[in-house]
Amino acid sequence: MAAAPKIIVVGGGLAGLSAVIKIAEMGAKVDLFSIVPVKRSHSVCAQGGINAAKNLKGEGDSTWQHFDDTVYGGDFLANQPPVKDMCEAAPGIIDLLDRMGVPFNRTPEGLLDFRRFGGTLYNRTAFAGATTGQQLLYALDEQVRRYESEGKVKKYEHWEFLSAVLDGNRVCRGICAMDLRSMEVRTFPADALIIATGGIGAIFGKSTNSVVCTGSAQSALYQQGCYYANGEFIQVHPTSIPGEDKLRLMSESARGEGGRVWVPKTAGDRRNPKAIPEKDRWYFLEESYPKYGNLVPRDVATRAIFKVVYEYHLGIDGKPMVYLDLTHIDRKILDRKLEGILEIYEKFVGDDPRVTPMKIFPGMHYTMGGLWVDFKQATNIPGIYAAGECEYQYHGANRLGANSLVSCIFGGGVAGPAAVKYARGLQGLTNGDGFYAAEKKKQEESNSLLINNQGDENPFKLWRELGELMTKDCTVIRYNKNLEQTDAKLVEMLERFRKVNLSDRTQWANTSVVFTRQLYNMLQLSRVIAQGAKMRDESRGAHYKPDFPDRDDKNWLKTTKAYFAPDADEPKFEFEPVDISLIPPRPRKYDAAK
Amino acid sequence: MATKSVLFKIKRQPTPSSKPYWEEFELAHHPGMNVISSLMEIAANPVTRDGKPTTPITYDSNCLEEVCGSCAMLINGRARMACSALIDNLEQPVKLEPFSKFPVVRDLAVDRSVIFENLKAVKAWIPVDGTYDLGPGPRMSQDEQESIYPLSRCISCCCCMEACPQFNEETGFVGAATIAQVRLFNTHPTGQGLKPERLAALMGDGGIQECGYAQNCVEVCPKDIPLTKAISEVGGEVMKQAFTNLLDR
Repeated sequence: MAAAPKIIVVGGGLAGLSAVIKIAEMGAKVDLFSIVPVKRSHSVCAQGGINAAKNLKGEGDSTWQHFDDTVYGGDFLANQPPVKDMCEAAPGIIDLLDRMGVPFNRTPEGLLDFRRFGGTLYNRTAFAGATTGQQLLYALDEQVRRYESEGKVKKYEHWEFLSAVLDGNRVCRGICAMDLRSMEVRTFPADALIIATGGIGAIFGKSTNSVVCTGSAQSALYQQGCYYANGEFIQVHPTSIPGEDKLRLMSESARGEGGRVWVPKTAGDRRNPKAIPEKDRWYFLEESYPKYGNLVPRDVATRAIFKVVYEYHLGIDGKPMVYLDLTHIDRKILDRKLEGILEIYEKFVGDDPRVTPMKIFPGMHYTMGGLWVDFKQATNIPGIYAAGECEYQYHGANRLGANSLVSCIFGGGVAGPAAVKYARGLQGLTNGDGFYAAEKKKQEESNSLLINNQGDENPFKLWRELGELMTKDCTVIRYNKNLEQTDAKLVEMLERFRKVNLSDRTQWANTSVVFTRQLYNMLQLSRVIAQGAKMRDESRGAHYKPDFPDRDDKNWLKTTKAYFAPDADEPKFEFEPVDISLIPPRPRKYDAAK
Repeated sequence: MATKSVLFKIKRQPTPSSKPYWEEFELAHHPGMNVISSLMEIAANPVTRDGKPTTPITYDSNCLEEVCGSCAMLINGRARMACSALIDNLEQPVKLEPFSKFPVVRDLAVDRSVIFENLKAVKAWIPVDGTYDLGPGPRMSQDEQESIYPLSRCISCCCCMEACPQFNEETGFVGAATIAQVRLFNTHPTGQGLKPERLAALMGDGGIQECGYAQNCVEVCPKDIPLTKAISEVGGEVMKQAFTNLLDR
């Protein structure tokens, strides 16, 4: 073939950068688009570590064990072959990161150290202090910078993805994007597109996610015809620090290093936590789950905390919070292994967690659902691939801690080569390229509609309402009646969106226009989550309905696939059987060893 | 009971070439509020203290956990991250300004791309052969890991550059952050391969010699990176390298 294929990657977190490196290595050209400079992507927030069954602790760990823990932790909803591939690739990924200079913590012998994380009994998590995501992202960012300086990668930072450009045969031929400073809308031709745009936390208002994690790109693609799978599976992390602007993550590694979760046994106990003797403390996770203790999977820990706080009306001083206690651990160990997160608590709350137990509460953290992809990370639209949190493939109904980083790097590493291979076989255009101009015009029109709209709805206020609504009814505990009402409210909010009024109508670095576009996409995607949750009458992983408390494999061992019906302007659903060819489903219980 | 309020004085500048001006805002006080949560509140109700409707304030932000490096600005004159600037610890009125030594994009957002160009210039990466499976990396002692890890936590926020008296157009000084990254990559067993090139990039105008040891950098660094230590270590290596270059000529 003649010219090297051109691939566009949208998103510069771990998944996007991993794809970029693979593509550059294969000799294809990459344009990398990101809202923020890629070094500032949300992957920096990952704290505790990255899983790989290196078995360096003499425990007899294996990649099969990692695979089994992941499938079991995900309550058997993930298609098993790609999960197995990921777990088998994980030790090699750790080696690669080690070679790239990630300052992983070491053992006295100078080997990589590993710690325990939730949902496993093995020490399988490699870590760099408590800023592992930051260290991993930087390692990939540095390699991409190297390719950039060699002219193999071109970065478009401060650009927002608006839509894919599809030709007359609905094949992806590039993207339409907007310069966040000049507000210029432009189309960029490409032979294939990889979406790696991360999470959707903003839909829930306050979450542990970064500001850019709106799910806007995924939603735009869903509205263009991509399937969105398992949207109803939302992970609420058991330990976050409630805040005014966001919920800050308190890593699972705090419990991996011995942190204990407890509440005072008596409601309204106003004593200083250090003054509460052991006999007056309830270590409810350790009591209910003697084998896994504080390291049960996140959905299990979150529901346990909800039960203690809302059913037993225990908490801290009448407030919905519980203690996460590290004060019994040696200060030197804490500093060496957890410094990054202790610093966050200290800076944002003002107390030293080495001395005072932390006050934490569950917070929206991760979406297991995302764009539907096949085992090669391809969506159903030819030429569009997806990797990382924005796709649904690896975590089933609940993600295990420290599996996200590995799924990002692995997924990006599959998507990159798959996109290049596809691009090399792509036929040229036969019927002209008028669809580029048409897409650009469409997006420009939607911008000018927003800027000139006269109404009385403030987009930022509308967003707060959305966040409160979704957090209340679409997170930990779900009732069909509430989900129905939620969807009705979402329809109402989409109607109100038409009366949105931007207080900023300028044409330079106008963050209101950008945010309002994202808000529309959030509203559309919220309906996928609410309706998906309503339909699934069972409890599985993070999806819990008190009215249907058990997993129902007979009716619901299947992937939810939502697609947008443009005429109806709402989601429609299909269901697909799950590939359980490797591990037969069994009941998921953490009160005993598997 | 009168509700407590918080006063803000915010420097506005609609475009890179327009003249800056000040606007004042008054918000109700909430426990735990920080500069970013305040800016979010202003966006939801963009009205100045004297009741004049205005535009939401443009600023950079992302993680809000002080690890992405986005939201650096001058808060009461000091270069720092806005997310971790708790209102209760600040004097009022809280004065917000964009960094003064970087081109303003709009309001509090500035263009800091220079840091990434600098990182390119000093080849701040490990020259791996490829991503195929080549086994584990070099062994490293706990002490070595503990000495490089702090350097690796640099978030490229550019506070050290804003605070540095030598960082200006005249000197073209590369700044403390980049020098600390040179120290980081020169320490790594594989990274050492590019050491002469990195040191060469720090010689001459705008290089490490521009440092005047004012020590402002280490004072403002939100991640407590041992910047002055790194500068003096790299400074020594640059001298040695310059001497070697002279002999090789």
